[in-house]
Amino acid sequence: MTATATRPSSTIFRRPKSTEGFWGWVTTVDHKKIGILYGYAAFFFFIIGGIEALILRIQLSAPDNTFITAGEYNALFTMHGTTMIFLFVMPMSAAFMNYLLPLMIGARDVAFPRMNALSWWIFVFGGIFLYSTYLFSSPEPPVGLTTIAGNLDPSELGWLARGPDGGWFCYQPNCGPFYTPGHAMDFWALGLQILGLASLISSINFIVTVFNMRARGMRLLRMPVFVWMSMVVAFLLLFSLPIIAIALFMVVFDRQFGSLFFAAQAGGDPILWQHLFWLFGHPEVYILILPAMGIVSEVLPVFSRKPLFGYAAIVFAGAAIAFLGFGVWAHHMFSSGITPVAQAAFGISTMTIAVPTGVKIFNWMGTMWMGKIRFKTPMLFAIGFLAMFTIGGLSGVTHSIVPSDWQQTDTYYIVAHFHYVLFGGSIFGIFAGLYYWFPKFTGRVMSERLGKVHFWLQFIGFNLTFAPMHWLGLQGMIRRTWQYPEEAGYGPWNMVVSAGAFIIAISIAVFIYNWVVSKRRGAPSGLDPWDARTVEWTIPNPTPEYNFAKVPVIHSLDDFWHRKYDEDDDGRAVRREDADETIRTLEEEGRNPATPIHLPAPSYFPVMMAAGVPTIFYGFIFHTSIAGKALIVIGALLSISALIGWGMEPLEEPAEHH
Amino acid sequence: MSRKGWLRVAWAALALLTSACIENAPLDIFKPKGPFAEQINDLFWPVFWVAVVIFVLVEGGILFITVVFKDRGGKEAKQIHGNTKLEIMWTVVPALILASIAVPTFRAVFDLTECGADAMPVDIIAHQWWFEYRYPNEDIVTANELVMPAGVEVCARMTSGDVLHNYWIPALNGKRYIVPGQQTVLRLQADEPGYFVGQCAEFCGLSHSLMRARAIARSQDEFDAWVAQQKTPALEPAEGSPAAAGKEEFLAGQCVQCHNITGVNEVGFDQFYGPDLTHFAGRTTFAGSKFETSAENLKTWLANPPIEKPGSFMPNLGLTEEQMDRLIAYLESLE
Amino acid sequence: MTELVHAHDEHESTGIENRKLGMWAFLSSEFLFFGALISNYLLYSNRPFADSVVPAEVYDIPFTSVSSFVLLMSSLTMVLAHNALTRHDQNATGTWLMATAMLGALFLGGQVYEFRTFIVHDGLKLTSNPAASAFFFLTGFHGTHVAIGVIMLLSLWGMSRRVGSLSERHGMNLELVGLYWHFVDIIWIVIFTVVYLLSTPV
Repeated sequence: MTATATRPSSTIFRRPKSTEGFWGWVTTVDHKKIGILYGYAAFFFFIIGGIEALILRIQLSAPDNTFITAGEYNALFTMHGTTMIFLFVMPMSAAFMNYLLPLMIGARDVAFPRMNALSWWIFVFGGIFLYSTYLFSSPEPPVGLTTIAGNLDPSELGWLARGPDGGWFCYQPNCGPFYTPGHAMDFWALGLQILGLASLISSINFIVTVFNMRARGMRLLRMPVFVWMSMVVAFLLLFSLPIIAIALFMVVFDRQFGSLFFAAQAGGDPILWQHLFWLFGHPEVYILILPAMGIVSEVLPVFSRKPLFGYAAIVFAGAAIAFLGFGVWAHHMFSSGITPVAQAAFGISTMTIAVPTGVKIFNWMGTMWMGKIRFKTPMLFAIGFLAMFTIGGLSGVTHSIVPSDWQQTDTYYIVAHFHYVLFGGSIFGIFAGLYYWFPKFTGRVMSERLGKVHFWLQFIGFNLTFAPMHWLGLQGMIRRTWQYPEEAGYGPWNMVVSAGAFIIAISIAVFIYNWVVSKRRGAPSGLDPWDARTVEWTIPNPTPEYNFAKVPVIHSLDDFWHRKYDEDDDGRAVRREDADETIRTLEEEGRNPATPIHLPAPSYFPVMMAAGVPTIFYGFIFHTSIAGKALIVIGALLSISALIGWGMEPLEEPAEHH
Repeated sequence: MSRKGWLRVAWAALALLTSACIENAPLDIFKPKGPFAEQINDLFWPVFWVAVVIFVLVEGGILFITVVFKDRGGKEAKQIHGNTKLEIMWTVVPALILASIAVPTFRAVFDLTECGADAMPVDIIAHQWWFEYRYPNEDIVTANELVMPAGVEVCARMTSGDVLHNYWIPALNGKRYIVPGQQTVLRLQADEPGYFVGQCAEFCGLSHSLMRARAIARSQDEFDAWVAQQKTPALEPAEGSPAAAGKEEFLAGQCVQCHNITGVNEVGFDQFYGPDLTHFAGRTTFAGSKFETSAENLKTWLANPPIEKPGSFMPNLGLTEEQMDRLIAYLESLE
Repeated sequence: MTELVHAHDEHESTGIENRKLGMWAFLSSEFLFFGALISNYLLYSNRPFADSVVPAEVYDIPFTSVSSFVLLMSSLTMVLAHNALTRHDQNATGTWLMATAMLGALFLGGQVYEFRTFIVHDGLKLTSNPAASAFFFLTGFHGTHVAIGVIMLLSLWGMSRRVGSLSERHGMNLELVGLYWHFVDIIWIVIFTVVYLLSTPV
């Protein structure tokens, strides 16, 4: 007997019934489907961001190159950074959190399923809104003092140059109305606003889910590290997003309504923007890395076949990093003219944050030490994470030497640093997770052979791309530079870097092929393909719609492992005789719940409400026209009516929820 | 691959890495030519070597682990949960290492921030996309090249006429932002006479990558001579010479809207202006130091500035060959 | 008949209902939202802007004190509404909800009047100088929050009229809106103190 979604009675108009097919996906409130939607959307943007990077690298492969124009270059690097951060890494982390958090704490869904769907729809519409800049904007030259306009050669007016071109960091006043006129930067600012809203809603959902919906016995210090890191990230989002929201509104108000927040000639302070941006921006980088650290903390123990070394230390180190992360923001501003006292203070706090980071690295190594390591693809990427993130962390420590940072900042040395932690760290961690949990999503395993090809190609390509950037930067190659001169001597290494980038691209193609083929024809995984430790592996693969046929009761950290293994006198794991029987029973019971299970029903209101948001913001951008004003009204009405309908619709029959 | 094979790969990689440094990179931060850059350099290297040690320990450790603890069958692993002593150690030891690095770091921050009492002030005004230099004590204005006396500290007091920029001559000091509406300060000093290359490194728009800087340190005598010459009004070209025709061309065209030539055309600081051209020919670079001064480069520039510097505020003036030749002759006469 | 199992069995591990916990999380985020807004204003209000009127020069403290009192009273009526709900007095609940909404709307009216005076009579506009921008930005966002609160209160009132007896579900909604409303009021107390009362022209 299988559980089915309920078909509740009518509300304002007929509620969607099906959880299958296209409309099933559009109206889904199932955390697993939403996780999958996040994953595919994020990966799509990864490809786009990657193509942007490849174009940049072609331009930079030779000195004095003119493959693309300066305007196109500026738009491309702005969009590359914005896309990778806000449209790839963050939503991909959300994909994992969505799919896995309830499974890891023994719940059947998140606290607010419809809000969950709302988050995804707002994210997707936000991404589309941001990229629609290429449809609605045109490059305009800067204006300059006394309204003398700069001059753009027609070659600068290409389609690619229509994008926002003030950098993902939008430093003022360059990114303001005077020096970057036109709509593109407004699409950027409001697009980010939309995306921030999606993340904020998600974070509220995850916090309540983790606090309130744990299965019996799932005490906080028995939760998997991935859950802990997700919760810490949710708090980081909760407290950092409002600051960037204010800052972005200030930018939009300056650009659209004539306010003077960052107008230097009128007494506005460009450095204020930097403070506000980095108050968000620094916690943001921990938002980007902590989920990957959580994934790696899951993968390393399983494939070393021993527990995570120093679980409590890793959890507290993660929380410490997040807390301290709010106190280091001005290390992005060491050369901006802040006082020496401020520079010293932020230098100290930056050095301090290296301590919990080091603790984690050593504890991960301790996990593998004296383990029985199986080098499956997830493990390769997890070890790759460890090796690459360490390099990024070490270059980060050199940045905290404040006067030395005056030489390092705004050079390719910094680009090397953050790509080592974000690509070598976050992205390697993400791939570890994708290979590791693929059986949960699909019931199959990915090809090991192709996985290894992907890993080694990506590892080699990644290091070829980003290692040379260290010395390119220390020998003076600046950031955000469309061209560099022949005399500087950067040509040969830049060619190596560009070649590496294409090797990365090939490795990603291998991954995509592996994913598609394995989804169709991969070997069935069974319930426990990796001999894992945590509770999400106690249910059949692919995960049934209701997750748990019977909500588990948890007795310890790594509860599943302890059901399969005892320890001998030496402390070594000994597989219990009834382990295989346990697994068979779990499979059998998992597919056949004893009682019918009511799931939250699908709903139109999340997508409807989400659609109102970009509508309002399109109206903001074109607010001087009638159409723009109308859009604001239409969008507001759409969202408000969706909200009212939502409020009156029960979550499921018969229990009623907001 | 055999073990020998892997060894060869490792040696090759090491050889590659140690040859990584680019020969004579003009913006190399590891070739300090003045006391401030030296102090920074001296801070970096100890930290770098500490980082190398940690790198070798961690990466070597990972390599060791992957070889030694590979699953080769046999008994299961011991289910170790942690080791409190070890964890305390690897929390405290890094903290101590960092603390020892912190002390000299912060001393240097304070040392390097305030200008010395005897420093020679130079006001740097950054524009999109060139640097303007005004010497308040000597009462001269120039562009693109900071001429300074060797062995003397220059206190660069900087502001921007438009957006954020920064000033960076790696051989002499780290960077400092240039902020519109505010003043930031950078200490610059060259030990010996020399020619130093720099760049604006703060993203400032379309021609950010083409906003370059030069600093030229001269002996005190040469510097004084240079100052004396800068104070003179523009050289009058000989009657009937191509340069004289060029001066007519200059006065007749749009150039006069933006370019000050002392004694010939006055453009005030209260309106939009371009680089002062009074002593143009004495400068080794032009157009934000993108070009070395030469007739050929000048022609390229004058033919179509917006192509050479995207977003350029100097428009395409639609000059003919003859017009450009005359202007170039005049510019080259402005010693 | 076997017992129906709900995916959403409310067995909250913390003992606080999901939506209430969610509202608290949201409000903690809002604290930082307004923190940034108020910090912004404080930063700019301490700077001189030559030849330009700044907010601190044109405040009408007596008027703003009255509208602050109005908002404070609306928190009282909100509490009374919640009180009436727990007593299952549907009529009183509706009355007090409407009173809260009306007081909120009155506060907003006062804000609009105040802004008009600043803009038309005193020449203080969003575009006057950074301090003026920061002032309108801060109070504008606060006013938006109040307006959203008023809409929610009126919706609750409407629901209470239509649905009849207030079930626990509506009760939870009222409590959530109450939390939001009190938050908005507390923020105004901070704004009134820090921005109006403690401000002196530079």
